[in-house]
Amino acid sequence: MLELLTTFVEELREAGLPVSATESIDAANALHQIGLENRDVLENALGATMCKSHSHWKVFKTTFEIFFAKISEEKLPGDEEQERSLLRDIDGSGLLRYRQSGNSLLEANLSLDRRDNGMSPDSRDLAQAALEALLSGDDNLINMVARYAVLRFAGMEPGRPVGGTYYLYRTLRALDYDNLAAKIMDLERASAPGGVLSPLQERLARDEHKFHIEKLRTAIEDEIRRHLIADRGAKPLARSIRKPLLEDVDVMHASREELEGMRKAIQPLSRKLAVRLGRRDRHIRKGILDFRATMRQSLSTGGVPLLPKFRSPKPSKPEIVILADISGSVATFARFTLQLLHAVASQLKGVRSFVFIDGIDEVTDLLAGHEDIAEAVRLVSTEADVMWVDGHSDYGHAFTVFLERWGESVGPRTTLLILGDARNNYHAPQSWVMQDLRRQARSIFWLNPEPRSYWGTGDSAIWEYAIYCDTVVECRSLKQLENFVTELAGNGRLPRGHSSTGRIAG
Amino acid sequence: MGHEREWAGAYMTDSAGVTNPPTATGLQNNTEPIFQSIEEVSSQLASVGYLSDEAISSVVYLADHLSKPVLVEGPAGTGKTELAKSVATAASAKLLRLQCYEGLDESKALYEWNYRKQLLRIQAERVIGSDDDAQQADNSWFSLEGDIFSEEFLLERPLLSAIRESGRVVLLVDEVDRVELETEALLLEVLSEYQVSIPEMGTVTASRIPMVFLTSNGTRELSEALKRRCLFLYLDYPDIERERKIIVSRVPSITTELADQIARIVRSLREMDLKKDPSVSETIDWARTLVLLGIKSIDENVVGDTLWVLLKYRSDLEKAAKELGIPQSGVARIGATHDGTARDGKR
Repeated sequence: MLELLTTFVEELREAGLPVSATESIDAANALHQIGLENRDVLENALGATMCKSHSHWKVFKTTFEIFFAKISEEKLPGDEEQERSLLRDIDGSGLLRYRQSGNSLLEANLSLDRRDNGMSPDSRDLAQAALEALLSGDDNLINMVARYAVLRFAGMEPGRPVGGTYYLYRTLRALDYDNLAAKIMDLERASAPGGVLSPLQERLARDEHKFHIEKLRTAIEDEIRRHLIADRGAKPLARSIRKPLLEDVDVMHASREELEGMRKAIQPLSRKLAVRLGRRDRHIRKGILDFRATMRQSLSTGGVPLLPKFRSPKPSKPEIVILADISGSVATFARFTLQLLHAVASQLKGVRSFVFIDGIDEVTDLLAGHEDIAEAVRLVSTEADVMWVDGHSDYGHAFTVFLERWGESVGPRTTLLILGDARNNYHAPQSWVMQDLRRQARSIFWLNPEPRSYWGTGDSAIWEYAIYCDTVVECRSLKQLENFVTELAGNGRLPRGHSSTGRIAG
Repeated sequence: MGHEREWAGAYMTDSAGVTNPPTATGLQNNTEPIFQSIEEVSSQLASVGYLSDEAISSVVYLADHLSKPVLVEGPAGTGKTELAKSVATAASAKLLRLQCYEGLDESKALYEWNYRKQLLRIQAERVIGSDDDAQQADNSWFSLEGDIFSEEFLLERPLLSAIRESGRVVLLVDEVDRVELETEALLLEVLSEYQVSIPEMGTVTASRIPMVFLTSNGTRELSEALKRRCLFLYLDYPDIERERKIIVSRVPSITTELADQIARIVRSLREMDLKKDPSVSETIDWARTLVLLGIKSIDENVVGDTLWVLLKYRSDLEKAAKELGIPQSGVARIGATHDGTARDGKR
């Protein structure tokens, strides 16, 4: 048992989860308490002891599923007897209204050419069965249909070096997956009194079925994975389907799903960022000597000023100005940026937001007016006037215009946050603007979505701007953003990295 | 200040709870587990009106048997605090609660010396023993110090009380993500060793290991050190089955049909990507409202009239109304009646 656990811990670590030694000891103790009999309990116990963050849960779960796979007793596809018994079960469940129309799935299936896969009548039957299963909402039935669909249509062959996605695609195609939702809604409407659903009913039914369809898809994925494990073994598979943790995902190459996940994670982070950018060196606790208070204090020690008193520094209202590049070269990053922008703006008053490509425009009101992020992002990308000539980033021009039109709003209490890759398309960088801004502003931070090794290569002008910034940090993942926020908090200001030269005297 | 600490070492009082620090292999675990099986956890919790699922029961069971604290994380209103309370009731244990907030410190979480009483004690000493010569004064100083740093002058705060309590205790450290990262360290000794070190008195070790729940809304990542010491439980919104059961158990007079409709609408709302998803407690409030209004079945108008029970932001109300197909007049009504409250809800 211990052996099993240590191998599992190794797997988890390989997948990127930080499992400490104490945690694995806890897991061993937990195992001792609950044993191995119940797989779900085992999963909960191992999860509770070794997976300490919800964002890691998905990775943990996948690793667990592969490592403690239910070894499928089924042979690989192609075994007719097995297919038949599965079909008998489905027919036998009596849940398919379809069956009452006379023909069972089993009969329909037998007469068919086995070589055929895809849009045969058989697959249409199955699609129908899937529909019925979804309509009934019965988990067991959905699982059976999923299993059958994989056996019959995934076209899995032992040893074939293709990934699970290919099989998934084939199975889903046979089920006519993309149209399932629409078809179900037709059926729902047909069964409603008068053939019409009220908008509320319609919406509820749609959500309900979306949920079931998702279940079907998961069931199919699980089934395919089981077969793959049986075929190739757990370890190689674990490696091939491993995904990075959400916090390590590169923003520039994130998938839609990952971006969605990031959006949720960004909300609490942005609040911290906003507060910390705005906070004026809270750690400098004392201001200048308060002579009056010192004298008063000295009375209690017989006129000897033992304890000097200092004025507390005035709390200042934070002023944050954010400039974000939303050009094509950072398209995915721009989405991330806008989300960040929106999140920060919604956390704190006194945040002014600007977006630029080669022109620059203020979007504070656009963001403030819409609490719904999707809507706000859409508005910003359509309504902000950020094109000047050709829609290729021109940091020089954007900054110059910013200084001309809004330069006065940057004062000694202003923190300037710039988000962009500084890819300037070989335009003039106009770095004197930054120098001017540097003199006016309290601090300038720059978050760059490019890997540090690319900085300054090609048309990147980052180093020309960097000398006027307090700090330029690489910000390609949630983790790096979080690190930036944490460092901001650490000592009131960022540690001066080698990327910065600090305040230019002037 | 410094010299007091030094003296304290020499005059460590041997109060009842003071023992050597426990060894690494384990605490002197004379604490009987409360629950005998995972099923028992579920049934006990159900008997006090908390519907748990397998994950919750397993973690509570493990926490009980491994004597480890549980860190419960999840969105607001998913029953995190309720879980701790219910476990306390189910185990007929005393519930001690430490509400965390920014600026929480030692003197509010662990213990504090009753400074005024100490001062009084010293004053009293002076009055009584004013005639003593130097030698005696010296002696009396030692005894005095031993005196004023003793039990009598100690003000217990929740963490220390939980440790010293002789009966069953459930300690709830609520919203631990509100304290600063540095303050978290206060909890570490209590959570891993179940002891509190008081420099003037020595180490107080738990005579009976309390069950500890920490809750967090996940507004920030907690420190690794804290997480490492806890079992982790993520409480998400319940799935539709469980939500339905919760509604039925909390609102006894409701019909199953209505409960089902409520659960479905709430699920749809949670899918909508709102600013603040409706919580379980808000769902229950809504169910109660509908029952009070004598509503048998929900349609657009009913939703339009009562949606403000579930959603507290104006923008959320508008969005939900749009998505659920609530007629325009309904939206206007929501906007007009609850404009103020919705605004106020936003900070």
